[in-house]
Amino acid sequence: MTSSALRLVTPDSTGIEIPTRKNLPTFVTESGLRTELKKLSGIDAVGAEARIAKLSTRSLKKETKKYAIDLAISMVDLTTLEGADTAGRVASLCTKAMHPDANNLSVPSVAAVCVYPDMVANARAVIGSSPVHVASVSTAFPSGRASLAVKLLDTKDAVEAGADEIDMVIDRGAFLSGNLFKVYEEIVAVKAVCGTAHLKVILETGELVTYDNVRKASWLAMLAGADFIKTSTGKVGVNATLPVALVMLEAVRDFAEEYGELVGVKVAGGIRTTKDALKYLVVVNETAGSSWLTPEYFRFGASSLLNDLLLQRTKQLSGNYARPDRFSGD
Amino acid sequence: MSENRLEIRKTYKLLVNGAFPRSESGRTYEVVDAEGKFIANVAQASRKDLREAVVAARAAQAKWWSQSAYNRGQVIYRLAEMAESRHAEIAEAVELSEGVKSKEARKSVSRGIDRMVWYAGWTDKIAQVFGGANPVAGPFFNFSLPVPSGVVAAVAHPTNSFEGLIDVTFGAIAAGNSVIVLASSDRPVPAVLLGEMSAVSDFPGGVLNILTGKVEELAPVMASHEDIDGLDIGCVQATEHTALISAAAGSIKRVFEGQGFDETTAVRRLRTFIETSTVWHTKGQ
Amino acid sequence: MLDPIVLVETDMESLHSQLGGLQYDNAPESAAIAKIKKEYGLFINGQFTSPKDHKSFFTINPATEEKLSKISQADANDVDAAVQSAKRAYEKVWSKTTGPERAKYLFRIARLIQERSRELAVTETLDNGKPIRETRDIDVPLAAAHFFYYAGWADKLSFAGYGADPKPIGVAGQIIPWNFPLLMAAWKLAPALAAGNTCVLKPAETTPLTALLLAEILQQAELPDGVVNIITGDGSTGAALVEHPDVNKIAFTGSTGVGRMIQQRIAGSGKHLTLELGGKGANIVFEDAPIDEMVEGIIDGIFFNQGHVCCAGSRLLVQESIAEDVLRRLMRRVEQLRVGDPMDKNTDVGAVNSAEQLARISELTATGEEEGATRLTSTCVLPSKGFWFPPTVFTNVSQSHRIAREEIFGPVLSMLTFRTPEEAVQKANNTNYGLACGVWSEKGSRTLWVAERLRAGVIWANTYNKFDPTSPFGGVRESGFGREGGRQGLEAYLNV
Repeated sequence: MTSSALRLVTPDSTGIEIPTRKNLPTFVTESGLRTELKKLSGIDAVGAEARIAKLSTRSLKKETKKYAIDLAISMVDLTTLEGADTAGRVASLCTKAMHPDANNLSVPSVAAVCVYPDMVANARAVIGSSPVHVASVSTAFPSGRASLAVKLLDTKDAVEAGADEIDMVIDRGAFLSGNLFKVYEEIVAVKAVCGTAHLKVILETGELVTYDNVRKASWLAMLAGADFIKTSTGKVGVNATLPVALVMLEAVRDFAEEYGELVGVKVAGGIRTTKDALKYLVVVNETAGSSWLTPEYFRFGASSLLNDLLLQRTKQLSGNYARPDRFSGD
Repeated sequence: MSENRLEIRKTYKLLVNGAFPRSESGRTYEVVDAEGKFIANVAQASRKDLREAVVAARAAQAKWWSQSAYNRGQVIYRLAEMAESRHAEIAEAVELSEGVKSKEARKSVSRGIDRMVWYAGWTDKIAQVFGGANPVAGPFFNFSLPVPSGVVAAVAHPTNSFEGLIDVTFGAIAAGNSVIVLASSDRPVPAVLLGEMSAVSDFPGGVLNILTGKVEELAPVMASHEDIDGLDIGCVQATEHTALISAAAGSIKRVFEGQGFDETTAVRRLRTFIETSTVWHTKGQ
Repeated sequence: MLDPIVLVETDMESLHSQLGGLQYDNAPESAAIAKIKKEYGLFINGQFTSPKDHKSFFTINPATEEKLSKISQADANDVDAAVQSAKRAYEKVWSKTTGPERAKYLFRIARLIQERSRELAVTETLDNGKPIRETRDIDVPLAAAHFFYYAGWADKLSFAGYGADPKPIGVAGQIIPWNFPLLMAAWKLAPALAAGNTCVLKPAETTPLTALLLAEILQQAELPDGVVNIITGDGSTGAALVEHPDVNKIAFTGSTGVGRMIQQRIAGSGKHLTLELGGKGANIVFEDAPIDEMVEGIIDGIFFNQGHVCCAGSRLLVQESIAEDVLRRLMRRVEQLRVGDPMDKNTDVGAVNSAEQLARISELTATGEEEGATRLTSTCVLPSKGFWFPPTVFTNVSQSHRIAREEIFGPVLSMLTFRTPEEAVQKANNTNYGLACGVWSEKGSRTLWVAERLRAGVIWANTYNKFDPTSPFGGVRESGFGREGGRQGLEAYLNV
């Protein structure tokens, strides 16, 4: 496994290309959608968690580890989603996204920066035409508690300000109360105003609670046109977990087999260490397969993860543990 | 080390939620040895300390019960290992507290530790011994599982300072309950030592809470506190039982009044603080 | 009769191309920790005899064919010495040792196994060929757990439901197989010692090392001399043990053929007997099964421990309506299994334990094709040295095929289909064996209906190959009698 292999999966100058969906059925009634979702298999929680326990014992060494660390860096959506965000904070984050290690230009850039809609213009200004994408959360992130009109306006704002990717939230209240068609229609509507921007649909799996719900919501979001399905906002008690990622990866794998469309997966919230990130990559590798091992189809939504990846990368290359202050705190 | 060296005395504190606080009331009381010589000023727990212990015990119980029975057995066994390695220290405290010969004290500690090991072995036997499948007339799979009552409050033996603590504490804990135990008022030192050892025995904080203080002050609060599910007053003076049971009836507590530390009593105590939960499930194509 | 539908031919190459792009570098466990001696004597009366006093044979690493150690062959005199040692220890020491004291010895052994777990895992993997992930995560922790569990029974026998004061049997002769060497030793020794018996244990000829390491652990635990004796050798050693007049109880785990022979040999001797024999477990999959976990369960059911598992789910019974989908998903996973160096932490399937076993697997699978079944095999690359068999699935299998009836004891799965729950039960029960079955469905009511009708000692629902010291394990019909594990496991070693 050489670093030249990595070039294939790093965003190049033309940026990340995700093809438009062509082959999806459309649903115009609640009952049609329900029939489609009913065919999904149940999930045995014990078995799913046992599978993860086993995959978590995989041991990545030597070249595989080096490769996986660079791959993980190239998959990071470097995120700041705080009320205290400022133009300056966003700018330094963007600089870091393009050159994660100012002292070492062999480090790949991350996939995207992820900010609130009102910060998109600031991010765009710094990112310019760099291959790093600008992603924006929208649709009354993180709760999603706003009217559809507001959600669409929110999205439009972000797109017009230059967002390449939109991270929307689903209406979990509607989903949990069984109003699946409302969830579907909202995603379709948001997708329509996204234009060429890629749509990531946040399921907020910590609020959906069961794996069966995660599978159902994943399928629903993919049917509605999601380019990515994403675990979490990072703003609730339970964020991304390995078993949830497993369930979502099984969903995208099965969806690709059924409809011929590849949908990406983004895990977000709580992933802070290289060790965690590599476990996710193992699950991607052994569940969905190599097609998903690229920034086009797998992302980490994270902030502190990047620095740990850089620390471990340095360790792998130099053989010594680096001091955390070697890297910028952004 | 010089014989003349001035020893460093220990502050004897409560064990609540895995931490060692003084009483919130700031009170202490003087504990003396069998000859009346000062040993220590021990924390005198208040009803508020008890209340805090109940909150901790309630939170810890779910976690304790969710661990595997095998794991609970290993944790109790770990405490026995810790106690064994500090056998001499406990025996010295028992000797001092009770005024017995050192050989008697050592034997008492050995029996107490062996009893802890006995309880360690119970955790994963309870379901098979007290539960089982029920051959109901009909197409049902029916089985009964013993489950813990929840939070158990117990009063330890007034004079038997170490052994008298073990049974009232570990029967309920082995069954999956969390426990708040009031140590012997006059002879609390061995109990405090055991509490300190529990901190290095993988017990989740709050499973074992040890209070020191006065029975007359705390036992009635234990009996009346609604968020306590079980009460062990076998070691409380018989004259107090009626009042305590009446108070416990307010929240329909399971109350154990038995005395003695023989195996039969020990199993009765353990049984008192488990409930039977029965599941019916249909069988059909 | 062939299955009424013809399953799609699965193209393994195209499956392979869909698989993961991360090619894991080797992550080998270090062999040095095993500290295997050049030669071993027999463990009799608390001491190792001198290897010079015995004929010997070599135990080899089945993954490399390298010699690991020279092992003593116990002859009839050695067996007698071991039995006499056990008898003396029973009469003079162990029968007078109280329950709480026996318990404390067993707790010590459990702790020592935990402390030396890595050494035991590595030794087991070297000697047996099974992946280090399994010895590390399953064999060794479970062995410790068995001692810990039965330690707790030693002082509570009066609560076990066998009367107020149940007595031990005496000297137990215990013969164990090569598929889970240390774990089977624990399954045999822990309940026997808890109940108050003394033991003569004979590990399998090809996997003696962890039992000999266990002997060292027993020394560290200061278990009284003679309470456990461990003698190595081939079938003749086992036969001498079975026939020794001072042995009061035989516990055997192994093939049905040998089990049958033992039962005949000791007929009329008054010896107690428990047998844990072969199996041809059915893994029954209904169309409402949780599909991804079920596929993992099928994989675990047949490829765990290279299929060297008496309770392996070696017959897959799939409801016709989902057979094609299940096969496609199953083969995708089969192709993904990492076969190779057992010492690599990422290996899923290790080496077959012996040349003899490999020959048997090869012979039986050949009959599968001859009799008309379709063979699907992983394209994994097998190492050039050692004994290897690639994960294999047969489709278009009929109930009369040898691969559907005989225990292959290897990584080979036979797939059949059914249409109704009744048909599933009929097919599952259509065997002389009766050790274990699996049922996969999200419908609890049907699972329990099926479970009630399956003639098997263990039935797993929505899982497979799960073991726990508290759970009784053992077979019905030609899979043997007697249970190991749980309260029921004590009965095998009590005179009740």
